[in-house]
Amino acid sequence: MTKMAEVPLHAVAHSRAGDKGNRLNLSLIPYDPAHWPLLAEQVTEQRVLELFRHRGATRCTRYDLPLIHAFNFVVDDVLEGGVNGSLNLDGHGKTHSFRLLSLTVRMPR
Amino acid sequence: MTAPFLVGNGGGFSGDRVDAPIPVVRTLVRRGLPSALFFECLGERTVALAQLERRRDPEAGYEPMLERLLEPILADCFTHRIPILGNFGAANPPAAARLVARLAMRLGLPELRIGLVIGDDVMGSIALDQLPVHEADGSIDTRSARLVAANAYIGAQPLAQALAEGADVVVAGRTSDPALAIAPLVHHFGWRWDDWQRLAVGAACGHLLECGSQVTGGVFWDPGFKDIPDPANIGFPIAEVTEEGGLVITKAEDTGGLVDLRTVKEQLLYELHDPARYITPDVVLDITACGLEQAGKDRVSVHGLRGHPAPETLKVTASFEGSWLGEGEVSVAGPNALARARATADVLLERLRRRGLPVRARVDLIGVASVHDSDDGALWRGYQGPEPPELRIRLAAEGTERDAVDQAAREVLALLCCGTAGTGGARWRLTPRILTRSYLVLRERVPTAVAVRSARDMPGTAQERVA
Repeated sequence: MTKMAEVPLHAVAHSRAGDKGNRLNLSLIPYDPAHWPLLAEQVTEQRVLELFRHRGATRCTRYDLPLIHAFNFVVDDVLEGGVNGSLNLDGHGKTHSFRLLSLTVRMPR
Repeated sequence: MTAPFLVGNGGGFSGDRVDAPIPVVRTLVRRGLPSALFFECLGERTVALAQLERRRDPEAGYEPMLERLLEPILADCFTHRIPILGNFGAANPPAAARLVARLAMRLGLPELRIGLVIGDDVMGSIALDQLPVHEADGSIDTRSARLVAANAYIGAQPLAQALAEGADVVVAGRTSDPALAIAPLVHHFGWRWDDWQRLAVGAACGHLLECGSQVTGGVFWDPGFKDIPDPANIGFPIAEVTEEGGLVITKAEDTGGLVDLRTVKEQLLYELHDPARYITPDVVLDITACGLEQAGKDRVSVHGLRGHPAPETLKVTASFEGSWLGEGEVSVAGPNALARARATADVLLERLRRRGLPVRARVDLIGVASVHDSDDGALWRGYQGPEPPELRIRLAAEGTERDAVDQAAREVLALLCCGTAGTGGARWRLTPRILTRSYLVLRERVPTAVAVRSARDMPGTAQERVA
């Protein structure tokens, strides 16, 4: 049986954040395409929504792109009013890709 | 197969590296293929800020770096028939066109033709309160807020028309970002405006290139994980597009950065929501069947793009005068820095409360939690990690009364004497805010106009002044 180890998502995948108004999108792309199904199983909409719950996020939708081995997460109401209304230094939410990458996942050793 | 057409990008936002276009143009010239260069300079608020500039000075309100961006490349582009397109007109495309004309005259290019595209500015011509709202910032009372700017995202058709009338430089205000790439492709290949498959290729080309270096290593490099060559000289992107709709992303020669599956995937999904429906004024792009292939060093081919008919509406973004934002920061360092920072944060909020200042405030502990935190400081308050060697405490306050916000921010300055031991490095500023709201409007209600003139015939050039 394959042994599994808990690793930071940052070790196995990369991500970029983008914004439109009060909506954030986060891509998630495994370095190894073979890891795509494992991430699909473990990086769920619910887990990502929980990551941004303290910011008032209300909804998270994951779009799967299996042909290019990627995911697109769209998180609503996470930008505290968006770039024009927020008191946050990062009103665009550009840094949130690395909040996503701070999750851990279980991967084969 | 016909020869490909090259689309280069020379800038991905207002504030991008001003020397980036030079290697792009050098590459386009060296390759000798038909090509175009575009600049994308407008974020959501850029036009509103430019509109404020224009109020102060009727000849301002366009991309402030425009002359610096174009001066080193204009003659080469003109000589080699590489048209330049840009939304660098921002809030004042006619003034930007005059600047390009003066620059052309100064460079000895009086025959250079400038195409001015107007019509995106709908302030005053469209009653916003009767339109459906598309996206909105938190709290805008649009009945009382003062409108600063209202601009429609116009599509590629007027840009292509300017090219058809012989423009060497197309100066526009608010356009959709992909339109700047679609227009030269349609003009060159003669694609029909209802050829959704080919327009989808143009839209993907524009989307992948619109943020400049973001597809060639910018906002990508992560030392030790995603390294890129020479990040101080990232080459800006160039797309090769064929008549049949083939698309290859590459970049300027002899530069840093890279193009591979990782950079293209990140940019393909950037600011995307439903991958089946990326809406542009010219076509709705669907990337769900998209495939990518590394086709050589710094070359990625993109296929399987699908297009659906263009929407009947255009997006209009309106900007309103918002509240005031006051910000202040101080630093602490060394032993017990975390306790001093936490105490400072609490005292700042307590000061605002005791003075009864009508502001909404937030405190960050930069070095522990700031950008990922919430307004109530949930992350820094709950932090139990190691003691950081240095911390910066930031106060942000906003409100409608300028003086109250100013007073709130000045509480940070007062810490230089009233703060904890070893508090230093105070900085403080007050800025007006712009709020935006987007609407959808039927495209027939946004007529555009195109005027193409040579630099020597442009009113406001040096020659006319002499005359």
